[in-house]
Amino acid sequence: MTGSQIGDLLLAVLGGAVRVGTPFLFVSLGECLTEKAGRINLGLEGVLVFSAMAGFGAAYLSGLWWIGVLAAAVSGAAVALIHGLVCSLRGVNDIAAGIAIMGLGVGLAFYFGKALIQPQAPQIPSLALGAWSDSGAVASALRINALFPLGVLLAAAMTWAFAHTRWGLLVRLVGDSADAARALGTSVSGVRIAATTVGGAIAGLGGASLSLYYPGSWNEGLSSGQGLIAVALVIFARWHPMRCLGAALLFGGMGALGPALQSVGVTGGYYLFNAVPYAMTLAILIATCSPRRSLQGAPMELTVTR
Amino acid sequence: MNPQIEAVALPVAALAGGLALFGLFVWVGGYDPLQVWSLLFLGAFGDAFSIQNTLQRAAPLMLTALCVALPARAGLTVIGGEGALVLGGLAAAALPMALPLPGGALGSAGVLLAAALAGAAWIALAGALRQYRGVNETISSLLLGYVAIALFKHTVEGPLRDPGSLNKPSTPALDDSLLIGLIGPWDVHWGLIFGVVCCVAAALWLGGSTHGFATRVVGGNGRAARLVGLPANRLVITACALGGAGAGLAGGIEVAAVHTSANAALIAGFGYTGILVSFVARHQPLAIVPVAILFGGFLAAGSLLQRRLGLPDASVQVLMGLSFVLILASEALRGRLPQLLPLGRLRRKEATA
Repeated sequence: MTGSQIGDLLLAVLGGAVRVGTPFLFVSLGECLTEKAGRINLGLEGVLVFSAMAGFGAAYLSGLWWIGVLAAAVSGAAVALIHGLVCSLRGVNDIAAGIAIMGLGVGLAFYFGKALIQPQAPQIPSLALGAWSDSGAVASALRINALFPLGVLLAAAMTWAFAHTRWGLLVRLVGDSADAARALGTSVSGVRIAATTVGGAIAGLGGASLSLYYPGSWNEGLSSGQGLIAVALVIFARWHPMRCLGAALLFGGMGALGPALQSVGVTGGYYLFNAVPYAMTLAILIATCSPRRSLQGAPMELTVTR
Repeated sequence: MNPQIEAVALPVAALAGGLALFGLFVWVGGYDPLQVWSLLFLGAFGDAFSIQNTLQRAAPLMLTALCVALPARAGLTVIGGEGALVLGGLAAAALPMALPLPGGALGSAGVLLAAALAGAAWIALAGALRQYRGVNETISSLLLGYVAIALFKHTVEGPLRDPGSLNKPSTPALDDSLLIGLIGPWDVHWGLIFGVVCCVAAALWLGGSTHGFATRVVGGNGRAARLVGLPANRLVITACALGGAGAGLAGGIEVAAVHTSANAALIAGFGYTGILVSFVARHQPLAIVPVAILFGGFLAAGSLLQRRLGLPDASVQVLMGLSFVLILASEALRGRLPQLLPLGRLRRKEATA
């Protein structure tokens, strides 16, 4: 491998970090909000796939990309709402409900998505942040999804809101002590359903990024576990929205490694490189979890860390 | 209400609700729900051919459901059965390439043993990570599943690929003497018997042995189990290994009885459907047998729905997703049916009839 090839590879991974990382960012922010309220939603994988299909379908039918993005957010919220409602029933475990929603969301997406595999839909526009450079590789690496800056703003806004607003405090209260929330007359289920639903809408933006930006089409292999990786990312990010941003970029870079290596001619071990994000997520979980203490920063009501 | 009657009535009602919702769903899409329901049952149990189809699919489902049920009885939610299944299939195909095996029953047993061991190791890993590192087993087992599938594809399309398999990368086919045959005149392979035997054995282990009892104590209350001195870590990891062995065995049987070699056809979602089967059966090994046959039937009927009505092949997935949500929601009614329904007595009659 020559020097310029390594340079190209690094650029491709850097650009891929944003391109592949955008869905991770939105799903992990959505999951962060849900978990702050004390519930884990493994069903975000189903939310991601369903909203990707719905967003693609809406953009294709309307011919407008922003309608697609809107539809993805609304449909993501709708699927997540089912999770929120089912979990509020007595004796229903949120992990099991998440598995069910994962299956339901993916099934519905494949059912309605059958007709959408062929067509092309209008894409989310890209911001050419690399227009100043005369190098094609730099320009293409810095061409980013227009939703990405929105995700960065959202991460900052969530950080601020958790610390400084009444709503943020309410979500954290419900997530840290349901008893205290009840004592204050707050509806624990209500706040959790709201947090799960809004989290689903945010994750839906991740779905739109998948089907309307990169890879930019709808097919049944669009997401294989990105939603789930994002759930693990939130643990890695210690339930902090800004750290979700860093984690999403890191994982985006790892996800981009396989295609980037292929583009410079390294073709062996294609499947193994594609499995790097899963293995890495697992390695990070192993390194950061501990059986003896609950995780620092974890909402106290969360079952996943117990 | 008698808890045993309730344990049957609730899932039956939830499944009926799932079928009803599915009927509504296809009706909104412009299909005739009556026709869909009748085709579902015709495709599953309508004639000898469809029953054989159903049983063919029920066999791996019984084993992958055990991969959820046994860890669940020890208190863990493991959903990585698909990964254990494909690794089991890979091990079954790889063993004869590494070792000269005697033909016949002994060789087949060796192949299946390799499959079970591979699956056991994979799920035991998720259990060990949970017990020793506190890593959530649901997430880790699913991540391990993706890693397993990547390993499988890499191996099948790389080091172990049969150069003769052009369009569909496969390992070399198993020697005929290692294959698992059909049960008598039936077009159903012996895997079904393995599945039933494993479910019965699991029920005997859980219900009739000290070790199984200790496992259930750990699953019921881990802290109490530690206080009375039970080796919780060992029991949990053993339960995971046994469950994983089931899923691995399913993969081995699929290779030795259906596909004859390891290839991508093995990644057919039996591991995921097994999760639903186990939840519907409330993680009771004996209940897994009929539930697996029912869902094997739905899987078998899927292609009939597609052929006759032009429904997308994912429609069975929708049915399963709806059923799963309702099965969980029905938990909320446990112990409360008599208060909620003035017709409680009538219901009881229906359930026993």
